[in-house]
Amino acid sequence: MLNRLTDTLDFQARALDLRSERQRLIASNIANADTPGYVARDMNFAQALRAATGSLPAASALAVSSAGHIGGGSGGVASRSTADLTYATAAQTNLDRNTVDMDRERASFADNSVKYEATLRFINGNVRTVLSAITGQ
Amino acid sequence: MSMLSIFNVSGSAASAQSQRLNVVASNLANADTVAGPDGQAYKARQVTFQTQLVGELANDATAAGVRVSNVSEDQTPGRRVHDPKHPSADADGYVTYSNVNAVEEMVNMISASRSYQNNIEVMNTAKNLLLKTLQMGQSG
Repeated sequence: MLNRLTDTLDFQARALDLRSERQRLIASNIANADTPGYVARDMNFAQALRAATGSLPAASALAVSSAGHIGGGSGGVASRSTADLTYATAAQTNLDRNTVDMDRERASFADNSVKYEATLRFINGNVRTVLSAITGQ
Repeated sequence: MSMLSIFNVSGSAASAQSQRLNVVASNLANADTVAGPDGQAYKARQVTFQTQLVGELANDATAAGVRVSNVSEDQTPGRRVHDPKHPSADADGYVTYSNVNAVEEMVNMISASRSYQNNIEVMNTAKNLLLKTLQMGQSG
């Protein structure tokens, strides 16, 4: 029963984890803007989130009593390999083969921080909902 | 907390950029020096950046910082000016100045300071997000 209350929370938690990972990725790109030969990387967020939450039961599904189902997140973020990161191609070629496009990176960084904050608010709202359900007021 | 290593990433970049700024300052300061006691004029220096993985996991490409891999000297011959009365003039009356290109150094300086600012802003944003994360779940 309790997992119905926390399933949404679980989903948002994974989304937050991925957001923070993407934030770090973009920070790395910005940090290496002047490194010769550095190739900028990014992740396909929708795909990564689907991979990370694929093992989560849908909120309306019946609870399964088999061991390892609850919290058995094989698609956890920590175990994600860096293989599904994509390489950015340079919009404007550079003499030192660096493909960091600072405009794009700054835009992605701002976009990702807003979405990170949005996910945080979803979590906070969810916690409030669960709390008011528990206290029954 | 994977966001915490943003401070390592951006911090390493800020430190590398400040070293680059330092080198630019020393080049500009020595733009007009003539050959020293060893007969060699000051040679312009340039830093080379290299990616350095700083994540908590080994070979984690998502946390890529920067370090200065080496500082190299520009080997082009220095500017030679005919000035026989100069105390450092050679037998033909030429004075060898340093090979610093002031325009190039100014461009380098602006580029380094902008990159530095970028990294500081990244750290500020990460700090704000982390502070908000710390307040997660608290009503209000």
